Amino acid sequence: MTDVDRLYQVWVYLQAEPLFWLTLTIGAYLLADKAYRACNLFPILNPVAVSIILVSACLICFEVEYERYFEGAKFIHFLLGPATVALAIPIYLNWNIVSRAKKAILMSVLLGVFFAISATYGISWLLGLDIQTIMTLLPRNVTAPIAMGISEIIGGVPSLTAILTIVTGIVGAALGTFTLDLFRIKNMAARGFAFGLASHGIGTARAMSKNDEAGVFAAVAMGLSGLVTAVMIPLIFLVAQGLI
Amino acid sequence: MLTAIFTILVLQLIGEVLQKYFDLAIPGPVIGLMLMLLTLMMMNSKKLNILAPLRTEIINTSEKLLGYLSLLFVPIGVGVVMHLQLLEMQLLRILVVIILGTMSTMIFTSLIFSRISGKKFDD
Repeated sequence: MTDVDRLYQVWVYLQAEPLFWLTLTIGAYLLADKAYRACNLFPILNPVAVSIILVSACLICFEVEYERYFEGAKFIHFLLGPATVALAIPIYLNWNIVSRAKKAILMSVLLGVFFAISATYGISWLLGLDIQTIMTLLPRNVTAPIAMGISEIIGGVPSLTAILTIVTGIVGAALGTFTLDLFRIKNMAARGFAFGLASHGIGTARAMSKNDEAGVFAAVAMGLSGLVTAVMIPLIFLVAQGLI
Repeated sequence: MLTAIFTILVLQLIGEVLQKYFDLAIPGPVIGLMLMLLTLMMMNSKKLNILAPLRTEIINTSEKLLGYLSLLFVPIGVGVVMHLQLLEMQLLRILVVIILGTMSTMIFTSLIFSRISGKKFDD
């Protein structure tokens, strides 16, 4: 047996085991995260986007099927569920601030989420997207684990929702500061709240890096909007069905 | 740490069971999130003082997990890149929806929030 044959056999063995895929995923993420920090949290270099591109490039280069990769990477994917439960912590820890600005937070989260859903539905409909794509897009402004759960229930494609959610986060983090400056919104709590509501964790991370007050309100908005969206979208469906 | 992980898993499990059994529209982990919020608040009461260490443990473990939240999206994200041809026809329109939708939501939400919280726009 030649050396090449031996190497090939090792590769065949590695492909079938989770070890290599877990190492690749975490390695790509660490690299992307380093690059993001080195470039002063430059929004386009979002670590999620960069690690997805790195891993995908490897899979395409070595002609590995996605299903094979996911067999290993599913152990990381599983943690999304527990992470969603853990999202209760930022809400709990900031409960004091939440209860002080109760009225503004409650009204903004209800109206903001309703606006986000309507805007996504309206623009998609105007552009003539098909119904499955619209359902896939609908929960895109909330954190991916919640968005995927909603997507599954309303007949979207959860995995697609996940990436559209990430794209939404990157868009919000990249263009948010510019947009809010354009409309001369100076209130830091309001700015942070908008970041968290419209672009979940990625927007929250961005707000936190800019201003402490904005960061807290972003975290609260992210948690609450996830919760409100998860209840509001199915509720709108029930009402719509009742009317038809 | 193990007790905290166990608590998180149990709450998610209860959430999933409730969702499946009653065929609820809210995702199981989100029900778990609400149960976690309730649990932490109940632990806050004086009577349940003995549970304070567990509460701290849950908070620390959860924060560690949330610190790696971005990493958890990678496996599913790779799937979409590998199946990107499914989107091809609609890709541009989807991007328009995301950009316009996100920007307008941000403007709307920040305007509502600053109006209700009573602070003037100091421009």
